[in-house]
Amino acid sequence: MSEKMLNRALLSLLIIAPWLAHWIDEPYYVSLATRIAILALAGVGLNIALGLGGMVSFGHAAFFGIGGYVTGILASHALNYEPLFSGIFAMSGSTQMLFIWPIAMLVGAIAAIFIGLLSLRTSGVYFIMITLAFAQMIYYFSISWPNYGGEDGLPIYLRNSFPGVNTLQPIQFFMICCTILLTTLWGVSRLQDSRFGNALKALRQNETRVAAVGISPLGIKLAAFVISAMITALAGSLFADLNRFVSPTMFSWHTSGQIMIFVILGGIGRLYGPVAGAIMFILCEALLGSWTEYWQFFLGLLLLWVVLFARGGLIGLLCGDKAHD
Amino acid sequence: MDAILLLEQLLNGLQLGIMLFLIAAGLTLIFGVMGLINLAHGSLYMIGAFACAAVATWSGSFWLGLMASLTFAAAAGALIEVVIMRRLYHREHLDQVLATFALILICSEGTRWLFGSFPLYLDVPDIFYGAVNLFGVLQYSRYRLFIIVIGLFTALCIYLLINKTRIGMRIRAGAADRQMTAALGINISLLYTLVFALGAALAGFSGALVGSIQSVEVGMGEPVLILAFVVVVIGGIGSIRGALVGALLVGMVDTLGRGYLPQILQLLLDPVFANTLGAALSSIAIYLLMIVILVFKPKGLFPAHG
Repeated sequence: MSEKMLNRALLSLLIIAPWLAHWIDEPYYVSLATRIAILALAGVGLNIALGLGGMVSFGHAAFFGIGGYVTGILASHALNYEPLFSGIFAMSGSTQMLFIWPIAMLVGAIAAIFIGLLSLRTSGVYFIMITLAFAQMIYYFSISWPNYGGEDGLPIYLRNSFPGVNTLQPIQFFMICCTILLTTLWGVSRLQDSRFGNALKALRQNETRVAAVGISPLGIKLAAFVISAMITALAGSLFADLNRFVSPTMFSWHTSGQIMIFVILGGIGRLYGPVAGAIMFILCEALLGSWTEYWQFFLGLLLLWVVLFARGGLIGLLCGDKAHD
Repeated sequence: MDAILLLEQLLNGLQLGIMLFLIAAGLTLIFGVMGLINLAHGSLYMIGAFACAAVATWSGSFWLGLMASLTFAAAAGALIEVVIMRRLYHREHLDQVLATFALILICSEGTRWLFGSFPLYLDVPDIFYGAVNLFGVLQYSRYRLFIIVIGLFTALCIYLLINKTRIGMRIRAGAADRQMTAALGINISLLYTLVFALGAALAGFSGALVGSIQSVEVGMGEPVLILAFVVVVIGGIGSIRGALVGALLVGMVDTLGRGYLPQILQLLLDPVFANTLGAALSSIAIYLLMIVILVFKPKGLFPAHG
């Protein structure tokens, strides 16, 4: 099977299945598909840093959670009619997705610039550990800071709105998430074939040579890290709206590990890898989870098997191990 | 009064530091010798605690439990090394992170399967109940004092083992240049299994010791694992001396930060706000410490390989 056909099949499955579920009136499966689309989006974000740039970030939960908390905080201020800041930077909350998304991505980007500037000074294991440490730092801060719920998390009483769409209806919210996922996939496919994308892929293979032809590694890597964080923050914002709840769990290192698992299960460095991975992960959770409470035991075995023996992930297994760059 | 409280906090910091050292020593040895990031180290800590609790309950003897924690964790470590880790030495760090993350899932859920979700409690022997009078002024928990003493003793044993014995010489040689060591006729894969089992035994042992202060439950290894990583990164990956300094630093900063940061901030800020901010800052103090150290020394305080 060619990779292109598989990608199309995966996308069709992701789009058609929820509509079928909608027609037979099973909203549970629609929200399952929405989760797949959102988590795949987070994976697509991480894949830019991890797959294209070779930056093993073990702290993407930070950006996922930031997206979620920005959404929760803006919505809670809007619902309580309290301004977010007063004075010259006066700003009120909002329940408008079109306003929340850019803010979530902006805050994610600022965090990523800060974290990236400090982390990209290191490499290898140190990079893995320092990104993990930043995410843990935000995690513990969100637990111990009592405004916005602390350990209990922050509920979003009403899903935020989008002009012309009833977001409370599962299938309509799914279409929003799915459209964002498709747009992002298209954007990333353009990005990875651009001059920037090629420089990034070259950096992963040999940093010294890239520097020798006159491209500054730090700028490219930082830009990729920030783009990657922004996409993950957007996914976090949608995830908060899906659950209508944000909690420090979004920042925990298990979340970072999970986002990484989507990328790996599907096939690292492949555009549709995170989509395949998220589908596999959520199906595993739904199928194994209904069969045994200890489904993560089997997820662990599956992951171990993929890492040890099937490094191309699902897409690699079905389409042959030819890497696409 | 304040001086006594400070002394008690210092001892608590020392106790946390020593425990962190026992875990971090294994982690840094495994990285230094084999170049492997082992996220599953926290699971070995958990296995040690569970083995100790199960054997202590079954036999009624805490000491048998401690022996069991060493044996079980070492056996589990050797098994994991032979079956899985060997395939990972030549892989990228990403593969190692993922495979050992998978191992965490397997170990945690497997333990939950066997023992259930409820925490186990581990009783210490009668002689460790109550407090002991230190320097005539301070009442300090006997058991915590025991942990400090046995931890220091273990640290000394590790130092002697690494620096004064033939095995230790081989381990150091393996860390410096594995190909050369193998070329000199040393069975490198046996050495690796040994190092891994040693690190696992240390982690399991400290799990059993700490398990009696806290409860023994699934997931107990994860916060400790991340602290141990902070220690290893601060100290310089692969350096035992760095792990010792890093562990004591982290133990002290964490304990003293939680104890004193809110009070210090109260001098400058509104008390209610100072308490909130102090609690939040002290929970992230060690990460701030790590970031500051890495900004100035990107390879940690004691870089292992030049």
